[in-house]
Amino acid sequence: MFATLDQVFVLLEHWLVGFLPAGWQPAAGVVLSVAVIVCLFPALFALTVLLERKGLGRMQNRIGPNRVGPFGILQPIADAIKSLTKEDIVPTRADGVVHFLAPVVQVVAVFMGFAVLPMGRNMTLVKMDASLLFYFAIGASTELSVFMAGWSSRNKYSLLGAMRAVAQMISYEVPLLMSSVAVVMIAGSLSLDKIVEAQNHYSWGLPHWYIFTPWGFAGFVLFAIAATAETNRSPFDLPEGESELVAGYHTEYSGFKFALFFLGEYLAMFSISGLGTTLFLGGWSAPFSFLGRVPSWIWFFGKLLVSMCVFIWMRGTLPRLRQDQLMNFAWKFVLPLTMLNLMVAALWHFLGDGWARWAVCSAILAVSYVGMAWVEMRSQHFGARSYRYAE
Amino acid sequence: MAIADNKTEKPEGWNRPPVMEPDGEGELLEVAMGPHHPSTHGVFRMDVALDGERVIRLKPVFGYLHRNHEKLAEGMSYLGSMPFTDRLDYICPLTNNWAYALAVEKLTGQEVPERAEYLRVILGELTRFQNHASSIGFLIQEMGASGTPLMYAFREREKILDLFEALTGARMMVNYMRFGGCRVDASAAWLDAARKVVAGLPGFVDEMDRLLSKNEILMARTQGIGILRPELAVNAGVTGPMLRASGVNYDIRKVDGYGIYNRFNFRVPLGDHWDVYDRYMIRLLEMRESMKILEQALKDIPAGPVMDPKAKIRGFRPKPGEAYGRIEAPKGELGFYLISDGGPNPYRYRIRPPSLINLTVLEDMALGENVADVVLIFGSVDIVLGEVDR
Amino acid sequence: MLGEGILKGMAETAKNFFGSYFSAERLTTVQYPEERIAPIEATRDFPFLVYDGADWEAGLRCVACQICEKECPPKCIYIEKSADKKPDYVGKPQFYPAKFDIDISVCMSCQICVEVCPFEAIKMDTEFELSTPDRFGGLLLDRKQLAKPNEHYHKIHPTEAAQVDARLAEGKAKADTRQTNAAIAAAVKGAEIPARPPAGGD
Repeated sequence: MFATLDQVFVLLEHWLVGFLPAGWQPAAGVVLSVAVIVCLFPALFALTVLLERKGLGRMQNRIGPNRVGPFGILQPIADAIKSLTKEDIVPTRADGVVHFLAPVVQVVAVFMGFAVLPMGRNMTLVKMDASLLFYFAIGASTELSVFMAGWSSRNKYSLLGAMRAVAQMISYEVPLLMSSVAVVMIAGSLSLDKIVEAQNHYSWGLPHWYIFTPWGFAGFVLFAIAATAETNRSPFDLPEGESELVAGYHTEYSGFKFALFFLGEYLAMFSISGLGTTLFLGGWSAPFSFLGRVPSWIWFFGKLLVSMCVFIWMRGTLPRLRQDQLMNFAWKFVLPLTMLNLMVAALWHFLGDGWARWAVCSAILAVSYVGMAWVEMRSQHFGARSYRYAE
Repeated sequence: MAIADNKTEKPEGWNRPPVMEPDGEGELLEVAMGPHHPSTHGVFRMDVALDGERVIRLKPVFGYLHRNHEKLAEGMSYLGSMPFTDRLDYICPLTNNWAYALAVEKLTGQEVPERAEYLRVILGELTRFQNHASSIGFLIQEMGASGTPLMYAFREREKILDLFEALTGARMMVNYMRFGGCRVDASAAWLDAARKVVAGLPGFVDEMDRLLSKNEILMARTQGIGILRPELAVNAGVTGPMLRASGVNYDIRKVDGYGIYNRFNFRVPLGDHWDVYDRYMIRLLEMRESMKILEQALKDIPAGPVMDPKAKIRGFRPKPGEAYGRIEAPKGELGFYLISDGGPNPYRYRIRPPSLINLTVLEDMALGENVADVVLIFGSVDIVLGEVDR
Repeated sequence: MLGEGILKGMAETAKNFFGSYFSAERLTTVQYPEERIAPIEATRDFPFLVYDGADWEAGLRCVACQICEKECPPKCIYIEKSADKKPDYVGKPQFYPAKFDIDISVCMSCQICVEVCPFEAIKMDTEFELSTPDRFGGLLLDRKQLAKPNEHYHKIHPTEAAQVDARLAEGKAKADTRQTNAAIAAAVKGAEIPARPPAGGD
């Protein structure tokens, strides 16, 4: 019974597609899955937007929206109606075609990234041998859309904002990739499905997720930092900060196009959380072996929601970093640590089983983290202070 | 939009950083930040000239909130100006009232009973506490923490405002101090409520401390930014937490000892690095000192009248003369200079607004800094436009 | 260590998040207008005129001395004295206001008018939900709209009203004693007791 529940969507798809003639079935299957993804993730987006507003509210000792529908559930619908009915203003000097295409490119690119995420057992839309490579290639095209937006607006400030955003995203691509390469090395494959399979084993009831290894934990933390910067979320959201002089690359967008940018940003958050889950948190595998009966897609989306909550939590707590500080952080702190992590992962593999590799790898990572932190804070001249009082 | 050239000669010892020259060719980017500005300080404009990200020139432009207070006071009796003093630094109406009452009491030679002095100290320190809490909240809000510390600060501020409403009748525009004491007495129930509120304040300050002081991002954003050298601060007439964060030991509560402040045991924190982080920490430490004063005052408050029975609040004509009454307001030295010509209205009524005087060094602090930091430096000055523009 | 401050900060917000479901301290929202905060007794919004008894015109305490009009800082009170007099609460004939307008769009609730009134005639009300679509006349309250009974004053400010009533009762008692003494003196005078002989001559 649980096995059927686990595969319920796959079976549903086969049943629906079975009504069509055999020649059309593969194409129809793909179209159906794509339609499901295109409907599901924006619905999740609506839920997340509401969750964010209510979560931030609760952290700030206030209730979030609660007037539109019980507990504010219909608030996203109100927001959607508002953004659809707003006037779409395009500056006269702007490059019309590029201005129109920029949000479209972003949303399309992010949707394409969902195609390779394994959302459950046998629930990957497209099974590829090098799906991770595909994911990163597509993910980089979102940066293109940011620059298209800034350039086509023909606005000095939008262009500056776009350039800063692109610089930030490019600087954090490298740590993102390097932390994933460690996983690829250990799992031995670029295919996301095989990476999940490699983590789907249990010893004494506990899973073999990569986050529970020293290099995996370090890799996950670095991946999370890079992912936050990639999606322009707090504390790395200077390009879209309101109290900044430069208003950001989406200044000249209004109405539905702005909503598309917003949608694109949150979908990118889902997408990269999904990737992080797949690489480090075991994808759709259950946390304990006795929970293996619970359908796999529940675990995947559960972990996705937990990542969303952490994103919202960070947004509610942390002030934002200045542009040069975050670039500094990327190149001088995160990148060296990811390269070191790569070597530690290799060491882990070659030291073979046993407690020795745990001790050695953890020690190397801890020492290097503390050392680099000390160097970083020294060079930036900041630290705790004590104060004196007048006599 | 021409920005005034600052190539005039400065006297010796001015200790100002050299005039910034842009490096490289190309024009300066001239931007007006405000008056519609997301940082929550009021209608204020900064004309900034940028070379890339560096600030080359900065001119503050204010006057959007000018309401003719000083001229109106010349046509109004002394009592009638009291509600308008509430509206100067509208976050701290009680200390504004106190400064004005002090000035008029100096002019007429009026004495104040002891219980009224204690009440004034209690209300003044409560005002100082909620002002510093809000100021820290606004600073962090500008840094982008989506307003979480601000909401915590306002949660505590609500309790203090409820106390004010129970005593004076209004949360903000209190109109409470009178020439010779306070308008109404505080009942025993109010003093108990005040003690309960004050007992809850240390927990809040600890919460803010834990949330913010060691936060690496906060430290990275504020340490080393917006340095104000002590010689410049003294020469420019800067007062208040800004001056003390530049290491100068000058607190009017200790220097003048007005009211009964010399009966209380409190310390004055000083900063050594003169930057935005120091100003934030000085305000936090001053909140702790305010709590100490409050505990002592609430314990020692004597019984008695709160208003001198012979004091006249209306229809009096002070003898011709002048008086300058000043207090350590939460923003700095707030002073009222009154000239009387023997009539029922003042001949000249002049306010020394601490926010305006502190604002004059904004350019010096911001030169050479990143434009993203200008907003933070401006937030650390802690101004209220009602006081700057009057 | 790097990251420690950030983690402590996040622990603080998490505490507030979970606390908001359990303690009212951590969720301070009061959802107006369905929920309201208990009114604080001393609160003040806009002035009203007090009258004693049932008839608002006869019992109005105001004697149109115009002190409040003079002292009001934004000058929002407009008073016109009457031509005739009517007896006040101690029986003495006094003027009364033929017109007494307060423009509450100008009034800043400073309550100086209450402080300077020698007759306890004007007090502060506690109603603030006074918005009206009529921009010009809707916020100009005249004598009839401002007059409210003493019972209303007792309801909104019980302690203060009790003190005012005590003061007025004291004043009435003094005035009664004076009246009685004056009546005795008049009765004595009218009873034709022979006048004393002139003092000169002896």
